[in-house]
Amino acid sequence: MNFDFSDDQKQLRDQARRFLAEKCQPKAVRAVLEGKADYDRDLWKGLAEMGFLGVAIPEEYGGTGAGHLELCVIAEELGRVLAPVPFSSTVYLAAEALLLAGSEEQKQKWLPKISSGEAIGTLALFEGTGNPSPAAVKLAVSNGTLTGTKKPVADGAIADFAIVAARTGNSGRETDVSLFLVDLKAGGVTAKALQNVDPSRQQAELTFAGAKAEPLGAANEGWSILSRVMDRAAVLIAFEQVGGADRALEMGRDYALDRIAFGRQIGSFQAIKHILADMYVSATLARSNSYYGAWALSTDAAELPEAAASARISATQAFQHCAKQNIQVHGGMGFTWEFDCHLYYRRANALALSLGSQSYWEDQLIDRMRQKNAA
Amino acid sequence: MNFDDTPQEAEFRAKARAWIDANAPKQYEQELTKSGLGRISLKNADIVEVGKAWQKKKAEGGWACLTWPSEYGGRGATPIEKVIWQQEEGVYGKLTQPFQIGEGMCGPTVMAYGAEEHKRRYLPKLASGEEIWCQLFSEPAGGSDVAGLRTRAEKDGDDWIINGQKIWTSGAHYSDYGLLITRTDPNVPKHKGLTMFFLDMKSPGVEVKPIKQANGMQEFNEVFFTNVRIPDSQRLGEVGDGWNVSLTTLMNERMSIGARLATGFPEIFAFCNDLVTENGSAIDDPAVRSKLANWAVKASGLKYTSYRSISALSKGQRPGPENSIGKLVAGPMLQDIAAFAMDLEGAAGVFTDPAEAEAGGSFQAMLLGSPSMRIAGGTDEILRNIIAERVLGLPGDIRVDKDVPFNKIPTKGR
Repeated sequence: MNFDFSDDQKQLRDQARRFLAEKCQPKAVRAVLEGKADYDRDLWKGLAEMGFLGVAIPEEYGGTGAGHLELCVIAEELGRVLAPVPFSSTVYLAAEALLLAGSEEQKQKWLPKISSGEAIGTLALFEGTGNPSPAAVKLAVSNGTLTGTKKPVADGAIADFAIVAARTGNSGRETDVSLFLVDLKAGGVTAKALQNVDPSRQQAELTFAGAKAEPLGAANEGWSILSRVMDRAAVLIAFEQVGGADRALEMGRDYALDRIAFGRQIGSFQAIKHILADMYVSATLARSNSYYGAWALSTDAAELPEAAASARISATQAFQHCAKQNIQVHGGMGFTWEFDCHLYYRRANALALSLGSQSYWEDQLIDRMRQKNAA
Repeated sequence: MNFDDTPQEAEFRAKARAWIDANAPKQYEQELTKSGLGRISLKNADIVEVGKAWQKKKAEGGWACLTWPSEYGGRGATPIEKVIWQQEEGVYGKLTQPFQIGEGMCGPTVMAYGAEEHKRRYLPKLASGEEIWCQLFSEPAGGSDVAGLRTRAEKDGDDWIINGQKIWTSGAHYSDYGLLITRTDPNVPKHKGLTMFFLDMKSPGVEVKPIKQANGMQEFNEVFFTNVRIPDSQRLGEVGDGWNVSLTTLMNERMSIGARLATGFPEIFAFCNDLVTENGSAIDDPAVRSKLANWAVKASGLKYTSYRSISALSKGQRPGPENSIGKLVAGPMLQDIAAFAMDLEGAAGVFTDPAEAEAGGSFQAMLLGSPSMRIAGGTDEILRNIIAERVLGLPGDIRVDKDVPFNKIPTKGR
């Protein structure tokens, strides 16, 4: 059994960590958080130059073709430093959707631009409050144009193109949904950035008013493609969450070692130790579940739906738990703007909703386990 | 990243599988498969006798205490081979319960500190299950604080005279030998005055009394020592070095990777999947689903955490600290699952009679038995301290009794 990343993949991790330590310090995250930029363009360019944007994109489409385990490694490192770039929307969602369902022409057009950092992509699925479901997709299609509103759309206001879920039937079944690819710079779409809990990553509302759209994948197959894309993204985002959880744990541990109260390091108090030990437990469970997700993703295993939901739930819990308790360990300083604790707290809670809520994924997991049991 | 054996591992697995297939006591397979949590018992046979027969067969075939050197009854196998063996042994592994303390703790301590003649005399018989060993550490005054133990050993010529009491001793009533930690010098700080021995449990002055537990079962014992004589040749390690010797013992306990840790998850999932309440199928209830999903990811998280440790072993590395979380996750989970299952049963959840109770009363038994999972082998709180101090590197607690002679430490709270 070799349930671990390879030495080459670990080297890639070290390389990514060194690169990000230099290019993505907390001040870079804060620049976006405080509205000085809508994303970190230098970092985005650097990620392209390092080959990280195209790590799971085949060479024929301008990527390095390394693979999805390598992408998991990069995702964890980006999560550790809260990279303020549209990586998840572009790479985990848009590129994965293109790879799964795009026509040869669509892949030729967009994947090289993703790899080179020239194009930002996203997925436009949600239409306001609620969880992913075919019934919640209302956006209308007529004569190859889209009309309606999508929100929240991660990085919607900076994206060049979007994969859009639209209603193409009224049978009450999954087959009512089809996917479309929309060039957001071609007119007919207005984007408005919306304030959100984690301003280091942008959320937007996209309004389609007769925007020209080309089908992505077969008609009425949209929901099944989306489910697969969401599973893949769930694993990749889980690695961002695992990275974030680990970093929040380290921050709490370091503060507990540095801070003196009642004449001793606060980390010598069991009340603090037990908080940190519990953080370690949830971070470890999340990492192990995510490794299983990575294996399923990289081998396209039949276990992917269940593995993805497990990774998603476990990593969401771990990052939320570690980010929350990191603030608690820091005491009052943890609630200041100056300390970085809130950056992790914000990101943890934004990522927790990024693919639908925790209860949605809990539901998915139980459905999938029952299907497996019935089979 | 893969789950495949290396060629050597696959060869070892095939050999183990073939041997088990030809030799396992298959007449007990069903009963063992069904037996759930806690101590196992068989309807028409004594579990210890059946276990001894299996252990003896394994020893004769060269499959006992795999990682021990062959001259002491083992096979000289690697840690990963032991894990593979455990996977293949499957439900028959439940029969090894009486021997686990001997193999995992007492044997390695004798191996590290015993005289060569003792190793040759005792270890092969321990390995073959002919002689069962128990571990005599905990005391009424020293549970989590093991070093607070008070059982005295006083030198008398070439012997030591033991007086005192141990508690929570698993298997003392059927054990032949025991690993015993004692206080030999109460005038020095508590960790410095300890000495380790082993003794014949049939020695005059040893009295074993079963403890009736909160759940009505009797799995542990009290052991009383009244002027028990142990020859100095049965001392393990130097006089006063017992604490360090005990760390060897406990270290080996923590090395047990891939241990079969019950979480209760398969049981609660199956139960909810089948249960129909006045609101329909329990598993269609969003509140039930949410609970199940949260337990599911804990159970899978533990499973894949052990896979990570096994992978490290497979590469010949020492596993990381990640395996330390197992009991801390599984203990509270069992307790929560039991209470949740009973709640789903409504008022009838009170029944314990297997004929009346849902799921044969297994959740009621789990409820009453599970508090011990959070205490035995290190309380949840001690485990958190261990993770905080040894894994995260936080400072040890301030110990007010550290430099105080043992006999000056207060013995009563008020």
